[in-house]
Amino acid sequence: MESIPVTWFVALSAILFLIGASGVLLRKNLVIMLMSLELIFNAVNINLVAFSYYLQDLTGQLFAIFSITIAACEVAVALGILIALVRNRRTFSADEIKTLNG
Amino acid sequence: MLIEYILFIIFAVIAIMSSLCVVTLRNPVHCAGYLIVTLLQVAALFLLCRSPFLAVVQVFIYVGAVLVLFLFVVLLIDVKKASMEIFKPKHRPLAYGVLAILLIETLVVIFVGGLEKIRLAAPGAEVKVETIGRELFTSYIFPFEIVSVVLLVAMVGAIVMAIDRRG
Repeated sequence: MESIPVTWFVALSAILFLIGASGVLLRKNLVIMLMSLELIFNAVNINLVAFSYYLQDLTGQLFAIFSITIAACEVAVALGILIALVRNRRTFSADEIKTLNG
Repeated sequence: MLIEYILFIIFAVIAIMSSLCVVTLRNPVHCAGYLIVTLLQVAALFLLCRSPFLAVVQVFIYVGAVLVLFLFVVLLIDVKKASMEIFKPKHRPLAYGVLAILLIETLVVIFVGGLEKIRLAAPGAEVKVETIGRELFTSYIFPFEIVSVVLLVAMVGAIVMAIDRRG
């Protein structure tokens, strides 16, 4: 018996990536933009794990572990920045944050 | 095997539907809920790839830590006025152009990239946690240490950023 073709996993990951990218590009709410970023990270992880399985190579899984760790770091820092930003500006909208000086 | 195809289709459809909900819904709390559903489906797909350790890591770190952090921040900040926003795709030609380019690129990779040659003849063996741990602490010890330092820096950075200096 043959298993699922790897193209299915790549296609699913491409769909999730496109949904996440459209969320980052088209939404204005900063929290939802961050959630879409997580979707993109997950699409990449699906690819890594699927190819690790299909090539019988452990490297993909180890890279997925590292990428999950870096995603957790990124979320922590981004939400810290978000809290500081909302405290100063009282807005969630990416379009209203235009200047760099505090 | 047929059961694997059926399971893949179920997980994939639920993941795509709920990720569409993440991108289109108005309330960030609902978005976070649908993001949990998507991440759980991705964990199930990891199980289909015979990598149970990564599935558990996905559930623990994403659903257990990251999503709780999201919900915590959304609830900490006034959710009623500041965060509600109706999803209206504005006239943004640049964004649509970038999305179209990404779509074309992924289609090219899937259909022209010769991926169909990679095919597992029989279901591979499950990767043991022991193997992953041994690799992580021997061949990948340097990236492992770097990642631990990055985690420390991120933790300190997040705390420093979130401190209210005005008292």
